[in-house]
Amino acid sequence: MTRTSEQPAKAAFDLGQGPGRLLVWLYGVFTVAAASRSIVQMILDFGRAPLAYVLSAVAAVVYAFITYSLVRGGPAARKAALVCCGAELAGVLVVGTWTLVAPSAFPDATVWSDYGMGYLFIPVILPVTAMMWLRRAPSNAGRTGEADPSGV
Amino acid sequence: MIDALTLAVGLTALALAAWCGFAFSRDQSTKDWHFIGMAVVSVLALVQLVIGVVRLAGGDKPAQGMAIFVAYLIGSAAAVPAAGFMSLVERTRWGSATVAAGGVILAVLEVRLYDIWGG
Repeated sequence: MTRTSEQPAKAAFDLGQGPGRLLVWLYGVFTVAAASRSIVQMILDFGRAPLAYVLSAVAAVVYAFITYSLVRGGPAARKAALVCCGAELAGVLVVGTWTLVAPSAFPDATVWSDYGMGYLFIPVILPVTAMMWLRRAPSNAGRTGEADPSGV
Repeated sequence: MIDALTLAVGLTALALAAWCGFAFSRDQSTKDWHFIGMAVVSVLALVQLVIGVVRLAGGDKPAQGMAIFVAYLIGSAAAVPAAGFMSLVERTRWGSATVAAGGVILAVLEVRLYDIWGG
């Protein structure tokens, strides 16, 4: 979908303003953290814990996509980001449980190990906060077109 | 690395976080004074980056590996300036919250840097 330059630039940023700006910042930081972590570890010693490193890379991709969606804004990005936050939360819970149940599968930690304990549990808190924001964020499109069903 | 400098960066970063957190709690955006504070913390982090690179060039080896050490050095130098730019765009209390989060992140990076250097 292409956006023409005549459209007001503001309309594209409804998700990344106000509280959304803080989320963009945190998701951006976690994108860099997860990506650099997995890249460095894969280059240095991929054989040591391939599963952990691949999961970190997956986390980085999910974080990057949510960051991009928040900056882009609009109804489509909101839906996409909501789906990804759900996937992120599921990922943290599944990987977190997995690392506790079968520690032998993880000779090295991932971003999501032990529910993100090494990252102050922010990996668990962030998707919940983001989903709350995505549901209630004021939508410029919503005011003119489709109604926001969440009813803040 | 240089423990005193790591400690100084960490503590000033936490002070910046508390200061901007206070602005957030009072529903204020970041003001000129906050940006001067961010500049001070950023300069300290930059000095640390330079000293870290000089020590590496001088033959010192971080306990947990050179690549991770350099990545954390760059990240710690970039954290507060990046948050500052975002708070320039966001002229509400949420801009202050962004800088406060950046200060906490920098403090955490300093703890990790200390571990990576010393093992």
